[in-house]
Amino acid sequence: MNISKSYKNTILIGLFMPMTLFILGAYNGVMQTLYRAGVIHKTAVAGINYYQGLTMHGVINAIVLTTFFAVVFGHVIMSHYLKKEPPGWSYSISMILMVGGTLIDAVLMIIGKAQALYTFYAPLKNSPLFYLGTSLLIVGSWVAFFGWIKMYSDWKKEHLNAKMPIAVLGTFVNFTMWFISSIPVAYESLILLMPWSAGWTNDINVPLTRMLFWMFGHPLVYFWLLPAYIAFYTILPKISGGKLYSGNAARLAFLLFLILSTPVGVHHQFSEPVMGQGTKLWVSILTYAVSIPSFMTAFTVGASLELAGRKRGARGLFDWMGKLPWFRSENYLFGYFLCGLLLFIFGGLSGIINASYSLNQMVHNTGWVPGHFHMTVAGPVLLVILGMSIYMYSTVSGKPVKFLSMVTIVPYVWMIGVAILSHGLMAGGLMGEPRRTNMGMSYTNPASDLFNPHWVPTATVTMVGGIVMGVAASIYLVCFFVTALGKRTRQPAISLPESEELHEEKTIPLLHNMKPWIIASVILIMITYIPSLINVFKYSSPVPNKFNAESPVNEGGNNDVHSQSMTNEKTK
Amino acid sequence: MNKYEIKTILLSSSVMAVFFFAILYNAFARKIDVPACIPYNATFRQSAIKKVDDTHYEVYIIARMWAFDPAEIIVPAGSTVDFYLTSADVVHGFNIERKGVNLMAIPGAVNKTTVNFTDYGTYRIVCHEYCGAGHHNMMAQVLVTYLKK
Ligand code: HEM
Ligand SMILES: [Cu+2]
Ligand SMILES: [Cu+2]
Repeated sequence: MNISKSYKNTILIGLFMPMTLFILGAYNGVMQTLYRAGVIHKTAVAGINYYQGLTMHGVINAIVLTTFFAVVFGHVIMSHYLKKEPPGWSYSISMILMVGGTLIDAVLMIIGKAQALYTFYAPLKNSPLFYLGTSLLIVGSWVAFFGWIKMYSDWKKEHLNAKMPIAVLGTFVNFTMWFISSIPVAYESLILLMPWSAGWTNDINVPLTRMLFWMFGHPLVYFWLLPAYIAFYTILPKISGGKLYSGNAARLAFLLFLILSTPVGVHHQFSEPVMGQGTKLWVSILTYAVSIPSFMTAFTVGASLELAGRKRGARGLFDWMGKLPWFRSENYLFGYFLCGLLLFIFGGLSGIINASYSLNQMVHNTGWVPGHFHMTVAGPVLLVILGMSIYMYSTVSGKPVKFLSMVTIVPYVWMIGVAILSHGLMAGGLMGEPRRTNMGMSYTNPASDLFNPHWVPTATVTMVGGIVMGVAASIYLVCFFVTALGKRTRQPAISLPESEELHEEKTIPLLHNMKPWIIASVILIMITYIPSLINVFKYSSPVPNKFNAESPVNEGGNNDVHSQSMTNEKTK
Repeated sequence: MNKYEIKTILLSSSVMAVFFFAILYNAFARKIDVPACIPYNATFRQSAIKKVDDTHYEVYIIARMWAFDPAEIIVPAGSTVDFYLTSADVVHGFNIERKGVNLMAIPGAVNKTTVNFTDYGTYRIVCHEYCGAGHHNMMAQVLVTYLKK
């Protein structure tokens, strides 16, 4: 499909800008492993302190890069399958809001006015503009979604009997879930935190802000993941030389994510007061249930790959794996997808451990947790982002990919790095190594009273993995920018590899209608969150606390004010 | 759906069901549970170590930037300790090594758990939630001593 100039530029900016910031994101990731291993015993290097760097790492990698990618990949999917462009207002306003919001956040993080990490837990405060910037980024992504809805309803009028393509369904499911779940975080950041941080209000109910954050926080991780799932279902079978094993199974998996993603946020809060044990057990069950669509995906994608291997001449039980197009530079996407999937086996299994109610006590907030999620978000999610970003940049700009053989080996190197990094973090975590901690200042510093020699070997393994990841990221970034700054040789176009389905399956109406699923999702959210909300007000009270990360002085009042407001609460 | 797909769904659901029964078994038969909810009031803002009887203690802990109060808790081996935890300022973490105790300290709320210290030794308590510039220095310990007859 040919594309207008402004649409093309929007897509290219949406790929280029987050990738530029990723330089900073990856740099800080590698630095963290050096601090944690006790190679660096400093609070800051090159003017960026550990926690400021960790804030950049989380915000850039996990929020900016992923959101931009979801939007740009969404644009390309919609245009490829519906052969249209979204309305001009939607893609331009969306990109302006997202770029504007990101720039605000980037500046604040660099000058150190935002260092409360990407979860911005109150009563640590950021500059009020940080909450605004993050909200602009999120709202910008909504605007793109609104444009696609318009685009799809126009298309539907022209194609009365056509089915919604699977990639379009996946995109719609993802953004519906995203829209529903970002309402609580928008409320948290714009209504509760921004006025409080600006000094217009004083009291804050901390458990309430945490509950609202995690109502968003878990769907957020699925918002990262679903674009990768879309790629696994609709692109991977094609590029591996096979067909999608079952289209209905793909649709069902997406729709199950729609109903189960939002109500499980409390599984990040097992260690907290305020949420009842009943609620916690209930979200454990729901989280187990949300593993089912992932098991289904593993089966369908695995079956599609086996099919591809057999088409390439495999006969036995396992030799289809060897027949797949590994290490082929004309098919570099395959490596990105498969390395991601391999990591995800372990990412998913460790996720089930995290979700297991009391077992979570063994791992919560230890190094285990970043060990787990680097095999998800820095595994399939990031590898699909990297592979598809360079692919889309090249097709949409008409510039050929440079250094193809380098681009081809990057995912394999990255996978090895993540495996080592995650092993170190998880092993350390099981021995109690805390996450989000500049361990080089204390626990891995022999000169400190707090030195703990048991944590040094695991933190060192983590560092080795981190350095390997850093090497892979650097190679990739060079290839990406050389490609982006190269010369155009082809006509700009939007096109994606498109998998066929193995069989023509019976149409199941329930799999083609999102409405009942949206209603079910809202009901499940109510069942989970109404009791939680009641608990918040029953078990906690607002506090006049407001702190800057640098100092233990309360900017929000003194202890006298505090105990006064507490006596009113004294009911028992 | 073909028979392989149905088998996959049944198999993965059964695996999850087995895991779930393991959770229930631990929660009800072995009493390994997540922390409990207690309504918050200002009395929890006073730190204290109370001896209820020879083997039962109640410890009221305040987490603040960047230390725990009390920073050292001494109990004899064989003690059962109820921990009540809150924060005076921002959110902190509370992780007792080798005991699987993992709590969040949240201002305006109080967290509670019960631990048996059967073996003597030193158990470090590490703050594992980012709480500002001094977070990496925030540690306390439980000293479990020989039980003297
Ligand atoms: C360049 C390679 C990378 C390295 C070496 C690396 C290393 C690390 C380490 C050691 C931590 C834990 C720090 C701590 O808790 O004290 C961490 C946290 C994190 N990483 Fe990475 N990482 C890398 C890439 C990524 C990527 C690609 C993503 C996502 C797309 C990502 C997302 C995160 C997130 C969300 C956190 C948690 C931040 C927080 O706790 O606030 N990382 N990373
Ligand atoms: Cu989650
Ligand atoms: Cu801390």
